[in-house]
Amino acid sequence: MYVAVKGGERAIENAHRLLAHERRGDRNVPELSLAQISEQLGLAVDRVMSEGSLYDRELAALAIKQARGDLIEAIFLVRAFRATLPRFGATEPVDTGAMRVQRRVSSTFKDIPGGQVLGPTFDYTHRLLDPQLAMASDPDAPALAEASHAPTPRVTDILGQDGLIEPSPQTVEGAPVGDLTRDPLGFPAGRDLRLQNLARGDEGFLLALGYSTQRGYGRNHPFAGEIRFGEVEVEFFAEEIGFAVPLGSIELTECQMVNQFKGSATEPPCFTRGYGLAFGQSERKTMSMALVDRALRARELGEDLVAPAQDEEFVLSHSDNVQATGFVEHLKLPHYVDFQSELGLLRKLRREFAEANAEPALKEAAE
Amino acid sequence: MDGNMSGNTLQERRQGAMQVLSHAPAADIALRMAELPLPPYQQLRAPENGLVMVRGRIGGDGAPFNLGEATVSRAAIRLHSGEVGFGYVLGRDGEKARLIALCDALIQSPDHASAIEVKVVAPLRAEMRAARDQAAAQAAATRVDFYTMVRGEG
Repeated sequence: MYVAVKGGERAIENAHRLLAHERRGDRNVPELSLAQISEQLGLAVDRVMSEGSLYDRELAALAIKQARGDLIEAIFLVRAFRATLPRFGATEPVDTGAMRVQRRVSSTFKDIPGGQVLGPTFDYTHRLLDPQLAMASDPDAPALAEASHAPTPRVTDILGQDGLIEPSPQTVEGAPVGDLTRDPLGFPAGRDLRLQNLARGDEGFLLALGYSTQRGYGRNHPFAGEIRFGEVEVEFFAEEIGFAVPLGSIELTECQMVNQFKGSATEPPCFTRGYGLAFGQSERKTMSMALVDRALRARELGEDLVAPAQDEEFVLSHSDNVQATGFVEHLKLPHYVDFQSELGLLRKLRREFAEANAEPALKEAAE
Repeated sequence: MDGNMSGNTLQERRQGAMQVLSHAPAADIALRMAELPLPPYQQLRAPENGLVMVRGRIGGDGAPFNLGEATVSRAAIRLHSGEVGFGYVLGRDGEKARLIALCDALIQSPDHASAIEVKVVAPLRAEMRAARDQAAAQAAATRVDFYTMVRGEG
């Protein structure tokens, strides 16, 4: 039986009006501009672009403002927006080896061609709150030094020259690139689909899973072979033009994890690898992603499947925070009719329980 | 590709110009275009916003995978003399896509190619390189110079 419940419209309208008021906050405080969010909360923008799976700084900043700083709500808004635009096609794969590096560190080699470049990082800060930032700040201009124009090859490319690390899997002729925004995810999923899923996956979820592998739940002995952040050029092959069109550049973070060995009777042992790539400066995200990518290769590498991070269906089905928040948060929407039926069932069970327990007492009294 | 003039084929010149223009603010392109006498043209494709799926490679150098989408604006115009120009650029700035399309058509026109290169693309290329050099110099200052401490007589 359906029970029509009406009367919420005015309450909803007024709730949204109150939300807008609370979002604005004290009107004596200047309102945030999108440029302020984009420029001064840049890492929040990067996270919303990564997990919203849409590179557009201005839209991500708008989403953060609209969501009152709730980043998962902002990611939800960005995902919903992307569904309103047509897709022109897919870009040429970006070349991270040609990145204009702003930061590039390796924990495996001290001396790497191109050097260790710290860039803008929280590393080596003391994590003490800075009271001066509570006032208007006017930091010194960055130091300058003569830039080397030497190439900055990926550390994995260097290891690969000596065959010390497994090569990356190459394109299988004619195999399409999996796209989970077009086709529902099935299992087992190829590495392309796994990486797409992880790239848009929740940073906190991936961080916890990556951490679990370090603590022994699917241990795979990682080293951060290299983390790099900077700009790469994006090109798009447009049919009507007939060549790859430069679209501009985007900021990316890439992490190459180097892990312990595999080998066989016919192949000498070599390092294995896990890969992380994300929009913007997203270092924790790409490191976690690379740990989980490697853990998810357990079956391929003949390792025992014993830990949550190695369970492809578990990881890939629960990594998306928009799906997760949708299902968790739907619990707060009206379930009055469902609940009425449960309540009816519970009352019936309790009545039966009471009757069953009353009978022996009556019998005893009769005897 | 570095947006330079080393490429001599028409396609390389067009790609080089598109790369420079894609990095310039629309207002800067418009300002420089305003100094040039422009031939008559018509719009073939009104500016339109959409998405491209940005691809990466597994391990950086392996098979491609879909990383996530990016917003793109595109437009196309035709000069009355027949040249068709295309503009594609990251973001949602339709006016910028239109300006790039116009430049792309003019580069293909023998009457206008050199003026576009000299008055529009070359100065914007210089600005792009200056900005990149600045960023590279800032990063270079954070490069670690390791030195080894020698203890005892080694």
